[in-house]
Amino acid sequence: MTAAQVIFLITAVLTLGAGVYVVAARNLVHAALALIAAFFGVAVLFVLLQAGFLAAVQVVLYIGAIAILIIFAIMLTRRVMEDTGPQTNRQWWLAGIIALVLFGAIVFSLRLVPALQGVTAAAQPIPTDTIEKLGFAFVDPNQYLLPFELASVLLLVALIGSIVISADRK
Amino acid sequence: MDVGTLISNPVVAIREWLAQLLSNLGLAPQAADVILMILGILVIASVSLILPLFLIWFERRVVARMQDRIGPNRVGPQGLLQTIADAVKLLIKEDITPIGADKLVYNLAPILSVIAVISMWAVIPYAATMVGTTLNVGALYLVSVGSLGTLAIMMGGWSSNNKYALLGAFRTVAQLVSYEAPLLLSLLVPVILARSMDLNTIVRAQNVWFIVAAPIAALIFFVTSVAEVGRTPFDLLEAESEIVAGFHIEYTGMKFGMFFVAEFLHAFTVGALTAVLFLGGWRGPGAEQAPILGVGYFMLKAFAGYFVVILMRSALPRIRIDHMLDLNWKFLVPLALAVIVFTVLGDKVIGEAGITSPWARSGLLFLVNLVLAGLVYAVLSGAARRQRAEEAAGQAHDGQGALAEAAAHGEAGPHAAPAH
Amino acid sequence: MLNEWTFIGLFLLMGAIFPGVPILLQSLVLGPKKNNPVKNSPYECGIETVGDTWVQFKVQYYIFGLVFVVFDVETIFLFPFAVAFDQVRLFMVVEVVIFILILAGGLVYAWRKGALEWV
Repeated sequence: MTAAQVIFLITAVLTLGAGVYVVAARNLVHAALALIAAFFGVAVLFVLLQAGFLAAVQVVLYIGAIAILIIFAIMLTRRVMEDTGPQTNRQWWLAGIIALVLFGAIVFSLRLVPALQGVTAAAQPIPTDTIEKLGFAFVDPNQYLLPFELASVLLLVALIGSIVISADRK
Repeated sequence: MDVGTLISNPVVAIREWLAQLLSNLGLAPQAADVILMILGILVIASVSLILPLFLIWFERRVVARMQDRIGPNRVGPQGLLQTIADAVKLLIKEDITPIGADKLVYNLAPILSVIAVISMWAVIPYAATMVGTTLNVGALYLVSVGSLGTLAIMMGGWSSNNKYALLGAFRTVAQLVSYEAPLLLSLLVPVILARSMDLNTIVRAQNVWFIVAAPIAALIFFVTSVAEVGRTPFDLLEAESEIVAGFHIEYTGMKFGMFFVAEFLHAFTVGALTAVLFLGGWRGPGAEQAPILGVGYFMLKAFAGYFVVILMRSALPRIRIDHMLDLNWKFLVPLALAVIVFTVLGDKVIGEAGITSPWARSGLLFLVNLVLAGLVYAVLSGAARRQRAEEAAGQAHDGQGALAEAAAHGEAGPHAAPAH
Repeated sequence: MLNEWTFIGLFLLMGAIFPGVPILLQSLVLGPKKNNPVKNSPYECGIETVGDTWVQFKVQYYIFGLVFVVFDVETIFLFPFAVAFDQVRLFMVVEVVIFILILAGGLVYAWRKGALEWV
């Protein structure tokens, strides 16, 4: 059990627990805060995968922008402070069993994929200039230039769409 | 380890001595690494939490001199122990938690606020060999922990169960979130110039300080960082005359003290970051050979930046929220986008033309910035002229009678005066 | 690289202890504990609170957040490009300028439609 594996296990358990609490929390703002904890757990997982840039992006975008938007959206509803009662119904044990069976089936079928056989943590050395390669890939016509420009068009569409929708309310 | 290395490069010398000590005790190298890391963290965190004691005194004295008074000078020599007295006072206050406050979130908010600020000091290079850790995404990491601070304010305001705290928190978060856009954009410029996000590499790439090659970006970065801290003129967060104390109304004692310390430390961090990104960080004569000199240069530049922040606080009035948001979205963001476009095009053209001398590069980029500033001035003065013409045309119709009367008065005045 | 991030992780964990100690010191050890309902009630300039403790939330807050998200994502796309700046050619720089101009067009649209007003 290396230190990295221990940290991975702890982070995975915390992230999954936060994820479950998002759905099971009675207070809406508590659910939002648990979502932020789950985002942070994902950032730690990125770091464990040697993707520091993605970890920083995860915190900046998801926690710094999207989580705040979610909290704003929650505040737009009026009855935020109320306790909305228990979040489960009487068949929750059956749902839990089905979810576990499904999880087992997915893990079993993943183990049959040939590309994933025998992959261990330190199998391949990670190159150190991944960010430069990523940056170059964004603008290289042979690689990802078209998706890059399409991403800006997609962002433009999102911006215009949100303004059109919100302008109708004024 | 001889005395020479100890004086000129103390951190590395002590670290090597400790590493040898630990390996002599039989510890595995990884465990020794972790212990050294923890020691380093203790040093950085302690210094960055004790520094506000001096910073608060410095600020109060400077603001007092600008207001033509003396400031704290009773407690200790020159009033240096004033902040310690204030801290003791905060420590023995009663801890009041308002009814209906969400206990966990209420207690977590000030801690998160402090974490957000002192984590920035983990990646700032103090000297050529003294840095907490050299992340390859240092600049982006700074913004990410800054956004944790925004979250802390939101949590603090919401959990206080107080209308004014909630209102203050909303306005604060709207301001902080808005000003993060030009902050990120202007942070991109030193990254472009240094070709790396790592702060140590950015400092090493500054043969010529980046403020010469990118003055507009430096200005935008400084102004938006001050807005991110929440200092005057952007201090709607704690507009005492308007919404009492904003999001930290319901905080007493040391919890309030932690918000307070976090704000002052953040203000100093703004000066430190401007020094690192635009003023050359620890660079100076002799900094490479004797890293302790690098720390001195860095502190000097950081305090210069902090002094400008204090100047802004004591001289400028508070800005209104709609003016503030207009300033951000209609001026700073387009300006930052224009700076990036000009810098990127200019640097690539300069590179393709084969000019590699740092002074020539910086000088040409400075000229590019001047051209951009000229364009901005032309656009703004054109818009101002148009607005003045509209206003004059609008007034001419309904103010005709009043204008004629005023003209008559004006004419009667000089005529009446010689008669006396 | 994992070593460097371990430093950050330890820093965040220990950073929780440093402010926690004075807070705990004050609230548990040093501060007096004389609770009474008047002290614990929410503060409203010294008078009794009027109305519920929620505020009518204006939709302007949300719109500013939205515009910020779009520009945030755009800037994140530009960061790897900035790191790879030495290797890119001039026409690639022009492509990135087009990227920026498309989003600047979005900002102009938001401006003209009055989405950036705080009323």
